[in-house]
Formats: sequence, structure tokens, C-alpha cells
Amino acid sequence: MVPVDYYIALSAILFTIGALGVLSRRNPLIIFMSIELMLNAANLAFVAFARVYQTFSGQIFVFFVIAVAAAEVAVGLALIVEIFKTRKNINIDEMNSLKG
Amino acid sequence: MTSDLIVFLVLSLVAISTALGMLFSRNAVYSALYLVLNFVTVAVFYLLLGAPFIAMSQITVYAGAIMVLFLFVIMLLGAESLAPSKALPWQRPLATLLSVVLAVEAVYLLFTRARSDAAIAPPEASLNTMESLRQMAMELFNLYLLPFEVTSILLLVAMVGAIVLTRQEKGGQK
Amino acid sequence: MHLSETVNTGFYFLAPWLVLAPVAGLLINAVFGRQLSEKMIGAVASLASGAAFVVSVLLAYSVWISHGHPVSVPFAEWIHIGDLKLDWTFRVDSLSTTMMLVVSGVGTLIHIYAIGYMHEDVRFKRQEGRFARFFVYLNLFIAAMMILVSGDSYLMLFVGWEGVGLCSFLLIGFWFEMDTLARPSWANSDAAKKAFITNRVGDFGFLIAGFLMFWYLGNSFQFDKVFEAAPAVAEATPWVVVAITLFMLLGVAGKSAQIPLYIWLPDAMAGPTPVSALIHAATMVTAGVYLVARSAPIYTLVPQAQYIVAMVGAGTALFAATIAVGQYDIKKVLAYSTISQLGFMVAAVGMGAFVAGMFHLVTHAFFKALLFLSAGSVILGLERGHHAHGHHGHGDGHSLRGKRKEGRTHGGHEDHGEVFDPGDMRNMGGLRKTMPVTFWLYMIGTLALAGIFPFAGFWSKDEILVDASLHYPSVYWQLTVAAFFTAFYMGRQVWMVFFGEARSDAAKSAQESPKVMTLPLVVLAVLSVVGGALNIPSIKEIGLKGPHQLTHWLSYTLGEVESLPLNLGVAGISTALALLAIFISWLIYGRNPLKTGQVDPLKRPLGFIFTGMENKWFVDEGYGVLIITPFRRISQFLADVIDWRFWHDFVHDTVIAGTYNWLSRIVLDRYADQKGIDTFFNSWGSFTQWLSGNVRQIQNGFVRSYALSVLLGVVLILGYLILK
Repeated sequence: MVPVDYYIALSAILFTIGALGVLSRRNPLIIFMSIELMLNAANLAFVAFARVYQTFSGQIFVFFVIAVAAAEVAVGLALIVEIFKTRKNINIDEMNSLKG
Repeated sequence: MTSDLIVFLVLSLVAISTALGMLFSRNAVYSALYLVLNFVTVAVFYLLLGAPFIAMSQITVYAGAIMVLFLFVIMLLGAESLAPSKALPWQRPLATLLSVVLAVEAVYLLFTRARSDAAIAPPEASLNTMESLRQMAMELFNLYLLPFEVTSILLLVAMVGAIVLTRQEKGGQK
Repeated sequence: MHLSETVNTGFYFLAPWLVLAPVAGLLINAVFGRQLSEKMIGAVASLASGAAFVVSVLLAYSVWISHGHPVSVPFAEWIHIGDLKLDWTFRVDSLSTTMMLVVSGVGTLIHIYAIGYMHEDVRFKRQEGRFARFFVYLNLFIAAMMILVSGDSYLMLFVGWEGVGLCSFLLIGFWFEMDTLARPSWANSDAAKKAFITNRVGDFGFLIAGFLMFWYLGNSFQFDKVFEAAPAVAEATPWVVVAITLFMLLGVAGKSAQIPLYIWLPDAMAGPTPVSALIHAATMVTAGVYLVARSAPIYTLVPQAQYIVAMVGAGTALFAATIAVGQYDIKKVLAYSTISQLGFMVAAVGMGAFVAGMFHLVTHAFFKALLFLSAGSVILGLERGHHAHGHHGHGDGHSLRGKRKEGRTHGGHEDHGEVFDPGDMRNMGGLRKTMPVTFWLYMIGTLALAGIFPFAGFWSKDEILVDASLHYPSVYWQLTVAAFFTAFYMGRQVWMVFFGEARSDAAKSAQESPKVMTLPLVVLAVLSVVGGALNIPSIKEIGLKGPHQLTHWLSYTLGEVESLPLNLGVAGISTALALLAIFISWLIYGRNPLKTGQVDPLKRPLGFIFTGMENKWFVDEGYGVLIITPFRRISQFLADVIDWRFWHDFVHDTVIAGTYNWLSRIVLDRYADQKGIDTFFNSWGSFTQWLSGNVRQIQNGFVRSYALSVLLGVVLILGYLILK
């Protein structure tokens, strides 16, 4: 018997690692992967609670998250490819055109 | 210390270390491979939690499709590693500090305030996988039919968007 | 005199159309007037008025078949406060239907006449766009007059009373931006204001009478309730009823142009002639007479008040008749004649001879409308002659449009040198040859007004005189002398206008008026001839027993009225005096016709008396000295000294503004504002600048650092939750 807290703790640790990846890495592809990791952490918590409460809604929600993540990756990677094509570089530290 | 707890701890260790590996690898290809390992480990957790369908989706969609896509792009762009940059020197230390604080806070909150007595039993060996799958399908296509259809549209939109974004204009103009 | 709410026979349900029909007409003309042709506008207005006449006839018929039973026709709820219920109810009885018939009948004829008259008038005054407006006002007047005569309470009567006052104001000032000779001036609008303000004085009296009535006589404005309560009050506190009747007399004096408030009526001739005929001769000015006749049950309770009313009427009749002798303007003569004849009516109703007063009201409406409209025809004839003479070869209709601009800049008829007044009788003469139809019509009107047998005026005037001779000898003598003067000034007018030689080029080439103007005149002339048949008296001396139709008819409403036989003595004296007066006028004006530029032959023998007549006995000047100048002085004093110097200069400027300025300059400006508030806000501004300069560093454009802020926020919120 594994207490559900352990799963949640694991989920929190993975989420934090993902967040750290988003913030500290400069390669947009790795940032992207870190985001996927954060999504996975959240999914793990969903499934754990779905198990505790004996319901399928958590799993179905995870299913939707996976689908949305797939769509997001498709568009996101397309954007990165496009940015690379125009700027010949994907270093995120050189992208600050948001600055007013 | 029951056997399933031992399994959990071992797997957690694998998951965390692969995640850290993804984080610290200098080469983006290694990162991607670490992440694949991490996804597979999470898929095993899903199995332990009695969600075989999600576990399979995880492996096929994430570890299979998405990560392969990542590897393609990394190799396509030659973005395995980047030159060092001077911008935002304080970003990394601050991010590390804040992440640690966040992890500490989350765990602290979890074990002081949101303590749950629930425990998760390992799935029964006799569990009828198909039965559970059928039940989930019933719920998905009855209660969540509309979100399901919306998701399909979302995927279509993403597909069209990706094609439009990467399409070569005639004459090389973009 | 008991009202019944449910009468099945008759056309009583039509009563609201008395008002609705003219209102419909005026709405059509007000909305579509610009699109419609002149003929259409006139037709709509005349039909609206004619519809009211048809309704009046049907109502009179209904009253007749129900033997004079008065009927109330409720129309609309107006004011309901607690127990007080003031509704708009039509009262149909013999008295009100008589007035309705006169108003709508004469009114319709004048509408038709006005189609022709206003066509030429707007042409001569170079304002073609005003045509529709004129008929809107006329229909509004008919509607208001109908409200006046058909209301079943003093309140509704007052609504109509004010409505006709408004229409009178609008129509006197119809050519508000010019004088009667179309020169740019405010003379016409001043005349309108004079009429309105003078009427306000009278309305004040009416209002006080109304308040007293409501307070002391049955807490109601309804005729029947007031009359029911009146006798008991007259018994207990007679001064109340006397006060009511006298204040009401003030209202009557205002509306019906009696001493001392008659002064507005001669000036009201500034309005177009159909207006003078309709409002200021035939209908509106008789409202006062109607009011007294309607209030007969109250007046008969207080003989003192009746005496005063009779004396006021008789005095006005005589006084105005003398002024009329000295006037030169054809319409002014008729205006003073109207005042004089209204004096006859007021004297009659004052003496309690209500039927005689109403009878004279009806016949006077016929022949005075006839005279006024004929005078309008004469004036326009002279205008036409003047233009034909002045614009050789120009034609007239089409050239005026092109001339309008020029006329504006040069100010009217300047190219003819002196301004030509087509209303001045000294410019006329010999018109019987150039305007024969108008001449004969005018003769009929004159004979009727002078009271020559068998014209309408003879019968009605005689009935008043007979009554006066029986009850009030002093009134009788005044009225007889007034009748003498009446015949004299009418004779003078006829000799001056129609006989002798033309005294101006315009009179020489005067032209007859079109049929649309003369046909209504013919109808009025016929009525002026046979109108006396409305109330044929008995003549004892030859054993004739007259039917006294009008007396019977009005007795349905006024109760039993004594029907006086014709007194051959009285009739003989008045007829003889009238013939004598006409003969004298012939001696003076007819035998030796006036030459061009000659002064009035009466001026030498009469001297200052004639000067007085010429100048209206200086009454306007007297009012100027007695009332208007002191009033202006007081206003000046109040405005200049009290308001401006004391209140504005001293209190406001020195005391309040000075103190305030001093306070604000020394205390507030130097210390509070500059030192306190300015410092605070300047520092606040610098601080904001400094802060934003620093904070803007955060916006560096890197998504990662924004994400870091998000994480910082999450950490802080979680920390807050932990430490909470």
C-alpha cells in the first residue's frame, strides 16, 4: 500500500524540476521538454487521485491533456522551426522583442 | 515496508533522476532521451495506479510520437547545444533558489496541511483490463462527448496551423 | 336645469368633434403645410371649421328636439385629487349651442374669405411661406373658442379663455417683424404684447373670481353646482357674491374690451383683417358677454353688481363711440365701433336682459364680421390699385418674387417716396364705382350697425334699449346717445370711403376683390339683413304677437325671461336719431366731399373736442403717465438701485466676492495651495516618476524572466498560505 501523499510528493518534485528547466535553460527545445515534464507531473497527480476516488474522470482528463499536449507540441515546434528559419538562431536570450 | 512501496520508491528514484538528467544534460539529444525514460517510468506508475489505457497512451503519444518529433527538430536545427550567453546573468541562480523554495513549500504543505490517509493498493492480478477500459469508454463517450469532439477540432486546427507555419512560400518568400 | 347623463336621442355624442375637428385641421396643416398648395391648406382649414359648424347644427337640433334639455357629455378625465374631480365635459344646452353656431358659422365664412385675403396679403407683404401658419392659428382659435363655449365648468371655460387669448396674441402679431404698412418694425408684436398683457389683468380678475367661487360656492367649478350653492351664500354673505361678480367683471372687461381695459382692441387691428373680423369683432371678444350670460344665476342674485356691469357697458358704449368719430383708419373706426357695441351687450347682460345681449351678440357677429371683411376687401382693393399704379407693366404676381430681395434691402415701398397707407380713409374716396360689390355689402353692414329698420341691428339694439328704458334710465340715455354716434361715424365712414372723388392714385385704380372673398360676404350680408328675424318681438300697437324665438330658445337655459314687446316710442326715437345722424354726416362729409389733404371738417367747429376724439381721449397716454411710467420707474429703481447697485455691487461684489477673494488670495493661495497642496502633489509626481523609471527595468522583453515573475508569485502565495 502506497500512501497517496507519496505520489503527490513525487508529482510536486517533478513539477518543480520542470519549472526549473523552463526558467534556467536557454534552449527553447529543452524549455519545451520541461513544460512536457510539468504536464506529466500534473497528470500523475490526476491519475493518483482518480485511483483514490475510484472514478474515471481523472483518467479522462489526463487523456485530454495528452491530446492537447500533442497539439501544442505540433504548433510549438513548427513555431520554433519558423523562428530558426528567419533568425538563424534559436537562443531564447536573444529574443526580447516583447520589450516595449 | 511492503513490496509495492519498494517498487514505488525505486521507480520514483528513476523518475527523479531522469528528470534531473534531462535538466542538466548539455546536449539536447541526451535531454530528450532522458525525458523518454522519464515518460516510460511515469507510464509504469500509471499501470500501478490501475490506468492501463493512460499508460499505453503515454508511451505511444508521448514517448513515441512527441519525443520523436523533438528529436527530429533538434537534429534538424542542429540545436544540440548553444553558445554561452551574457543575458540575464541572475536568471539561473534566482530560478534555482525559487524552485527549491517552491518544492520545499509544496512538500511542507502536503505533509502538514493536506495530509491524506488514503493509500493506494496495487492493482489486482485478476483485474479485467477490458472491463475497466469499457467503463472508461462509456464515460468518455457519454459524459464527455462534447469535449472529446472539441479536442478533435483542436487537433485539426493544430495540424493545419503547423502546416501553414512551416510551409515554404513560392519563390522562397516568407 | 337638471342634467341627465344618458340621453339616447340626439347627436350629443358628437360634441367632442367641436374641438377635435379643428384640431385635426390644424394638425394636418401644421405637419403637411409646406407640401400643400394654398388652396389645399385653405380647404382643409375651412372644412375643419365647417365640420365644427355641422356638429353645432346637429347639437342645436338635438337640444331643440329634447325641448332644451341641457346635456353633459363627459369627454376626458383631467384632474382627480382626492374628492376633487375636474373633468373635461361638454355642456350642450341652448346657450352654448347658440355660441357654437355663431363661432363655427361665422368662423367658417371667415376661413373661406381668408383663403383669398391671405393669398394677397402674403403677396403684398412678401412672405409667401406664412400661409399655412395662418390657418393653423385660425383652426387653433376655433378649437379654443369651442372649448370656451362648450365647457361645463368655469375651469374648462378658463382653459378656452386662455386658449383664445393665446390665439389672439399669435394672430395680432402674425406679421410680427413689421408694422401694418410692412415696414420693418416691432409695432405689430408690440400690439400683440399689449393685447396679451392687458388681457392678463383681466384674467387675474377671472382667476380671483374662480378661486373665490371654488372656496365659497360649493367647492366646485361646475356651473350647476356653483349655481346651486350661490343663493344660500348670497343670503348669508352677500359680499362674497358681489366680489365674485365684480372680479369676473374685470375678466369680462379684459376679454370684451370694456372700460378700463379696452385699450388693447384698437391696437389689435395690427393683425390681418380676417383675424380682426373673427377674433376681435365676432367671436372672441364676445366671450365676456357669454361669461356673464352663463353666470346669469349668480348675477341676478346681486343687483348692485348688475348695476355696475350695466354702467360699465353703457359707459364703454358711449365713450368708444365718440372716439370712433375721430378716427381715420378704416379698421380703427370699426374697432372702436366694436368696443362700443360690446358695451351695448355688456350693458344688456348687466341689466339682466340676457336674451337681448345674446341677440345683439349674434346679430353683431353677422354685421361686424361683414363690415370688417368688407373693410379688408377695401384695403386689398387699394393695395391692388396701388401696385397696379406703381408697377406699370410689371404685372404683379410674378414680379414680386424677384422684387423680394430688393424690397427687403430698401425697406418696402421706398421707391414711391412716402409710405402709402391703404387703410387710411383719407386716401380713399369714390370707391363705389371701382368696388361696387364691396360697396353694397358695406352699405348693408352699415345700415345694420346703425340700427335702421328692418336690418338685424335694429331689432337687437332696440331690444336692449327697450329693456334699459324700463329699468335703468341712465343706461338708456347713454346707449341712445351712443347709438346716435354709431350712426354718425358709420355715415362719415361710408361718405369718406365710397363717395366723393378718389383722393389718391391707388383709390382711382382700385380693383374689386375675387369671388372667394365676396361670396362669404354675401352670406354674411344676407344674415345681416334677415338676422332680426331670429327674435321677432310683439308689437302691441298694431296687435302683432311676435314669436320671440330666441327668447324661448334661451329660456331653456336661462330660465323664464320676460319677453319685452317692441316699444314704438323707443324704436322711433332711436331710428329717428340714426337717420338724423346719417343726415348730419351727409351734410358734413357727403355734400362737400373731402379733398386730398384737407383736414377733417369737424375739426374747426369742435376744436379741442375733436382733437380728443382723434387721439382717443389720450387714454393710452394717461395709462402711460399713471401706470406705465411709474411702473417703469419702479422697475428701473429696483433694477438699478436695489438689484444692481445694492445687491450686485455691494452685497455680491464687495461683501461676498471681496471677502472671498481676500481669503483665497492670502490664506488659501499662499499657504494652503502653494505650500501645502502643490508640494504634496509635486513630490508625489516626482516619486511616481522615480518609481516608474525603476520599475520599467522589469519589462525587459525576455519571456523567461516573465515566467520567473510568475513563479515568484506562486512562491509568495504559497508562502502566504503557509504562514497564514
